[in-house]
Amino acid sequence: MSKRRTMLDKLWRAHEILCREDGISLLWVDRHLVHEGSHHAFAKLTDRDLQVARPDLTFAVVDHYAPTRDRARIADPKIAGMIDTLRKNAQAHRLRLFDLHDQDQGIVHVIGPEQGLTLPGLLINCGDSHTSTHGAFGALAFGIGATEVAHVLATQTVWQRKPRTMRITLNGTLGPGVTAKDIALNWIAALGTGGAQGHAVEYAGSAVQALSMEGRMTLCNLSIEGGARLGMIAPDATTFDYLKERPFAPDLDWEAAVTTWSTLASDEGAIFDRDVTFDAAEIAPTVTWGTSPEQALPVTATLPDPTAVAPEKAKAIDAALDYMGLQPGRPLEGTPIDQVFIGSCTNGRIEDLRAAAAVLAGQRAKVPGLVAPGSAQVKAQAEQEGLDDVFKTAGLTWAASGCSMCVGMNGDLVAAGKRCASSTNRNFRGRQGPGARTHLMSPAMVAAAALTGTIIDVRRFLGERAA
Amino acid sequence: MAGWTIHQGRAVHLGLDNIDTDQLIPARFMSTPRAEGYGQFLLHDLRSDPEFPLNRHRDVSILVAGRNFGTGSSREAAVYALFDAGFRAVIAPSFGDIFAANAVNNGLLPARVSDDAQAELAAFLAAEPAEITIDLNTRTIALDDRTFPFDVDESWRTKLINGWDDIDLTRQHADKIAAFAACRAFSEPWVFPTASD
Ligand code: SF4
Repeated sequence: MSKRRTMLDKLWRAHEILCREDGISLLWVDRHLVHEGSHHAFAKLTDRDLQVARPDLTFAVVDHYAPTRDRARIADPKIAGMIDTLRKNAQAHRLRLFDLHDQDQGIVHVIGPEQGLTLPGLLINCGDSHTSTHGAFGALAFGIGATEVAHVLATQTVWQRKPRTMRITLNGTLGPGVTAKDIALNWIAALGTGGAQGHAVEYAGSAVQALSMEGRMTLCNLSIEGGARLGMIAPDATTFDYLKERPFAPDLDWEAAVTTWSTLASDEGAIFDRDVTFDAAEIAPTVTWGTSPEQALPVTATLPDPTAVAPEKAKAIDAALDYMGLQPGRPLEGTPIDQVFIGSCTNGRIEDLRAAAAVLAGQRAKVPGLVAPGSAQVKAQAEQEGLDDVFKTAGLTWAASGCSMCVGMNGDLVAAGKRCASSTNRNFRGRQGPGARTHLMSPAMVAAAALTGTIIDVRRFLGERAA
Repeated sequence: MAGWTIHQGRAVHLGLDNIDTDQLIPARFMSTPRAEGYGQFLLHDLRSDPEFPLNRHRDVSILVAGRNFGTGSSREAAVYALFDAGFRAVIAPSFGDIFAANAVNNGLLPARVSDDAQAELAAFLAAEPAEITIDLNTRTIALDDRTFPFDVDESWRTKLINGWDDIDLTRQHADKIAAFAACRAFSEPWVFPTASD
């Protein structure tokens, strides 16, 4: 009997050029995505007088430093310099650049799929940890550091040890108001930020299959916050429908490609190194309360009490509550917030904006906030649907696309001590600015928080359906 | 990158778990060219407290940290900050995967130890930094009369000892890579994009 293979086995085999005696494989890279932060890697290349090996497989995008207001003139010379350096490198190496004013510009993990650069069966690298997003299409996609980026630029290959396999199965159906974001925060809270360390996570089960591509991308995107090397979902009709007729998707080869892609799913009965199962129906809208994505709770819960746990755990809880300015044992719901942010490669896609706008619809927010679409195309689509008016009527700022307040590199920051309800992926200390306090949640939950000025269960806004 | 086998230096204990790369170097410093040195940015926002261990002890080259060190962003600048501040090894029960790979690519050892060894080291270093010796050959950490084993991927150990550079190694396989690419273009032509807009 032939061995039953996981999707990771299949993808690995399809890219393995050679395997050394010490078990490290040299893998072929199908797509390499670079951004302003890749300047260290380009400098390494220049130092050695090397050229990019495959400019046709390398794509550059302005996103991390992209101004979301006032694009015509960039006041900060450091930010302008970062964008200019990428332009120069892209030009010197003849790379397709999705520049600031390009109608296809956006966050690298949003535009890859949008352009059809992301396809099932590909190996995709980017010098960014959330490269795991692209695994939603059945691709082998993982983030790498600057030295490895330089290596991929120079050779179109990457050295890797094969990760262990882990399957996270979500059975059942998600309740109303519960999203892929909640699935992710829920499993990370259950298993910890090191819960999937060294593993390639494959998501399976009816609740995952039922997700749109947007939802699948959110789920795979957050894999890294649970310590996983990458996340992936078997491609199916939802995947193919999303990709058909995207600019870089196969055209004449479409049928052949779909036939090949349909063989990528893990074989029935394939064994994973770890198998974890959750019941989707039990997941509530989930919110982080601390400074690590594992410090997340159902919105209906109360904040942890350090006096009620073992001393070695108490220290971390104490420190997080202190940084976040929260009282132990109090209900999470009702915590007043100062501002909101909707955007990022986790939740800055059209479906995310629709979900937030549906909650806001015609009402005014109690706190200010920023909405930065994940790409220029998402922005155009949202404007066509009138979502921008919903956000503006609510009193939120409608901005241009980029990483924006997810990381604050472009100057969109949360001030010290301010509390932000955010659709992003990291609630680390200082992530949104020095001293900033971040609560991660789904876009609909962020919208609900905006309306009331407090952290609140979005299911209260769903009327009959929530009953 | 220069290789090394034995490192002797003063170790400092940093109690915290989950030190992410956003804390190791806040994003706002990452536009700086490497030539300017990244040591000044290391754990920048935690250092406003004069009692922070790295403020009190400057002549240290080994960091003993908590679980999941270097989690988060893939920014290699986190490693540059540690390296430029003089660090050659971080000892912790677990590391963020990308951080650990980045560390090795820059000659910084991510040494994985058991929770017990971490606790003992922490106790030993609680009051003051102390001299310890790390031996990549024997994979041990020695302090006073005690030694602890540590774990590091075998390929990483070899790389650290030899100071190898991957690009040079890979270029020896240029023929195999070219053959692989040709084969892939034949069997799955759609992998190679032709669209232009
Ligand atoms: S949106 Fe945030 S997480 Fe995503 S690529 Fe940009 S900075 Fe990274």
